[in-house]
Amino acid sequence: MDDASRVFPRDPHWRGPDSSRVPFWAYTRDDLYREELERFFYKGHWCYIGLEAEVPNPGDFRRSAVGERSVILVRDMDGAINVVENVCSHRGVRFCRERHGNRKDFLCPYHQWNFDLKGNLQGVPFRRGVKQDGKVNGGMPSDFRVEDHGLTKLKVAVRNGVVFASFDHDVEPLEDFLGPVILRYFDRVFDGRGLKVLGYRRQRIPGNWKLMQENIKDPYHPGLLHTWFSTFGLWRADNRSELKMDARHRHAAMISTRGTGGKVAEVVSGVDSFKEHMQLNDPRLLDIVPEPWWGGPTAVMTTIFPSLIIQQQVNSVSMRHIQPNGHGSFDFVWTHFAFDDDDEAMVQRRLIQANLFGPAGFVSADDGEVIEWSQESFEQKPYHRTLLEMGGRDTEDADHMVTETLIRGMYAYWREVMGETA
Amino acid sequence: MSGARTVGELDFATYFSLLNLYADYAVVVDSADWARWPEFFTEDGRYRLQPRENYEQGLPLCLLALESQAMIRDRVFGVKETMYHDPYYQRHIVGTPRVLAVEGERILAEANYAVIRTKLDGESTVFNAGFYRDEIVTTPGGLRFASRLCVYDSEMIANSLIYPI
Repeated sequence: MDDASRVFPRDPHWRGPDSSRVPFWAYTRDDLYREELERFFYKGHWCYIGLEAEVPNPGDFRRSAVGERSVILVRDMDGAINVVENVCSHRGVRFCRERHGNRKDFLCPYHQWNFDLKGNLQGVPFRRGVKQDGKVNGGMPSDFRVEDHGLTKLKVAVRNGVVFASFDHDVEPLEDFLGPVILRYFDRVFDGRGLKVLGYRRQRIPGNWKLMQENIKDPYHPGLLHTWFSTFGLWRADNRSELKMDARHRHAAMISTRGTGGKVAEVVSGVDSFKEHMQLNDPRLLDIVPEPWWGGPTAVMTTIFPSLIIQQQVNSVSMRHIQPNGHGSFDFVWTHFAFDDDDEAMVQRRLIQANLFGPAGFVSADDGEVIEWSQESFEQKPYHRTLLEMGGRDTEDADHMVTETLIRGMYAYWREVMGETA
Repeated sequence: MSGARTVGELDFATYFSLLNLYADYAVVVDSADWARWPEFFTEDGRYRLQPRENYEQGLPLCLLALESQAMIRDRVFGVKETMYHDPYYQRHIVGTPRVLAVEGERILAEANYAVIRTKLDGESTVFNAGFYRDEIVTTPGGLRFASRLCVYDSEMIANSLIYPI
């Protein structure tokens, strides 16, 4: 019996030479999801942790996540950035419960093991036993060495204020991981200027984590799903745009320059979301002021596989962190920021344009909704598949946005790493 | 300040109007009668919905920061016309407002709230819980919000938040 006639295939394989049809089971299988955690989040990849600006002073820490694992971003007393796993080396307690704070060391409350801010074990109560009635009771074996029992330390890379980490100490350098094309778009936002954190937004989206990567590798949808983009020309099919990937097609940049909007029949006729007569009551929502560092494009959305999306959409900039928690759900954490050299008016502008984004955003709220609706169907008929043939079946860069090439590129990479080759 | 009164001197008629303002607001945001929502604000009235973590750390980012009645009307248009979303019912349970200060024609007050969300064919769940912190002014049309700040404990939003809190 072939897979197509079986709703729940027993031995599913991704057939076919390209990545233009993604099996629904790629979003629903727990066994695959665990492999993904290992092969993408815990090995061979850099994951996003946070911004240096979140821990400006020695002793500052902030909890973050790599895949499902809780990690702590901390600046030690020497001023260096460390990322350690939030798992006590004794009995596994996830000891750090606060989201952020300032500490001289980390203490696991259970048996009071304590660690310095680089993750080294400093002391173990009753290590040499307890004297009572002239004899020593208990204590750790004589070959116990505190040096062997620190917290798990992640490999750390900091580039222009952005912190990445990996459980895999053999991972290639961050710059090689990103590749020269994506590095250029990374440095476009993070050129070494100081950053100022504006705040956080969090949402739990009931869909497979890959759907969020797909969403920001999909330039076909914004001018259709999002009224604000189609009506005000922020992002739609007649905008001048480019789609670029790293050599392995895992990361991507969607680069677009705002058009004039309005009624161009080819791109808006029959488009339900296009509102010809829509005008803002308060124009501050789209009080866009071009910034020199944009270098032309008004929006660049960069996906760093597997854990990060860097958003620059006009004056709003944010990091969107993907934290999966099961095959059918992920937490999506937004960190909006400004630059140290912004004047007060620019900070206010970024804050007001932030209304377009996030879990309640005029634009972004719809993305979480459609991801949930896709996942609902995937669960019911895993033998089926999505269709990604807009713009062809290849995985080449493009100079327009009427294509799903970036998603195909990501799945070509996914197939390679997951061993799902034809 | 001239005309300043203490909380104890707030006359009952004004307090009764304040109770009605809170009750009427809850009815409107639960009734899907979104067009009436901006009417609770003065022309330069602000509406802010902010996660508690940002509020407590002094970080300015809100989930929604609507800086005028006009911007609140833009949100109404978004909810009604532009945002594709799963339809749901919502039900506000709002505590008795606590008056913090009375300064002339201006009342500072706060109240706890919980919003229960019910999606079609789904169970009813506590969707958003927090407190309102409000600046209320007397206008010829009655009491209006010069500012309504909603600070929510439910920092992890259950996917998306569409309707006003």
